[in-house]
Amino acid sequence: MVTVGGRNSVESIRVWLDDVRDPEIPVVSITDLGILRDVRHASDGVLEVILTPTYSGCPATETIREDVERALREHGIENGRVVMQLSPAWTTAWINERGRERLRAFGIAPPEDAARCPRCGSVSARELAHFGSTPCKALYRCNQCDEPFDYFKRF
Amino acid sequence: MRARLEYVLRFGDSALVLAQRLCALVAHAPVMEEDVALANVSLDLFGQARLWLAYAGELEGAARDEDTLAFHRDAGAFRNVLLVERPNGDFAETTARGYFYDLWASLAFAELVRSKDERIAAVAEKSRKENAYHLRRSEDWVVRLGDGTEESHARMQRAVNELWRYTGELFLADDVDTAMASGGIGFAPAALREPWLERVKTTFGAAALELPVDPWMQRGGKQGVHTEALGYLLAEMQILPRTIAGAVW
Ligand SMILES: [Zn+2]
Repeated sequence: MVTVGGRNSVESIRVWLDDVRDPEIPVVSITDLGILRDVRHASDGVLEVILTPTYSGCPATETIREDVERALREHGIENGRVVMQLSPAWTTAWINERGRERLRAFGIAPPEDAARCPRCGSVSARELAHFGSTPCKALYRCNQCDEPFDYFKRF
Repeated sequence: MRARLEYVLRFGDSALVLAQRLCALVAHAPVMEEDVALANVSLDLFGQARLWLAYAGELEGAARDEDTLAFHRDAGAFRNVLLVERPNGDFAETTARGYFYDLWASLAFAELVRSKDERIAAVAEKSRKENAYHLRRSEDWVVRLGDGTEESHARMQRAVNELWRYTGELFLADDVDTAMASGGIGFAPAALREPWLERVKTTFGAAALELPVDPWMQRGGKQGVHTEALGYLLAEMQILPRTIAGAVW
């Protein structure tokens, strides 16, 4: 455990919280998705982890909260506090470059101006279904290679 | 505080009841794609209901959390608008109900994001983004069915005629609305009527649907006076936690 002045440094906590994955898309971490908003020592000295939900009904949110709480305990922080922050509302603009690259490699088109086929790179694709297998995804089909793919829709 | 609690319950219960209605359709939708869409919309609404009801529980200060409020209140304690408790009917009725609600909610949330109550503003901000997608879908279906086959058109027209009388309540103010609006926490319901009606007219124009003429409007949901449809819905939704004391997920 890395400690600074007897406390876990916020930077080191951020590093190991990066191991917490989205249970539905396990190739991306909560840092990649921009779900992890902040790590800080609150005025009462308690370590606070600020998370924001993607979609309000997303079942992954509870799992992520539990995973973060477990990670805190495993690193010796018994009294950590996970705070769910709704505002400002999560947006796909918060997904970082590494996350976008990971999504692409996993076969999910990351949110961009246009859905780009993760297989052949074509931007010519049509939406088959706006609501896909999870709230964050839509189903597309590539006009170039004719393969269907998931698009992480802009939100 | 009482008025604010009542106010928050209206949004929370409306989302909850509509979510419950929609989740009953899972595995019953006409096509697979719609099944997934209905489940997703339902899930969003359950999520929104949870955020509203969690806040309601805090305002009430009686140690009731969102689950307790959802599963351990009788129909008379629910504050949802009557529109959302209407049965699913055929797909046209489900669509019309969703469209009327989604459009109203999109206007309501656009107001509530400016609420002086930060918590209300935050939940509205979150809900608003999701609702925009719901509206896009329900509006699309109104047009597709209205401007579709002879049968889909007839059913869509019948559905909007049937549900029209439940839309009046959305724009009616009572003491709670007035108190919230004057305090900068809520909005005047009547102010949403024109923009709502204008967009309905545009959509109906594209859908070749006639605007219903029904002078009689139902009311009472926001005050806890419901149709019997809500009782059946709650019986199904609440049976497990009410039968097995202390049951949790
Ligand atoms: Zn392709």
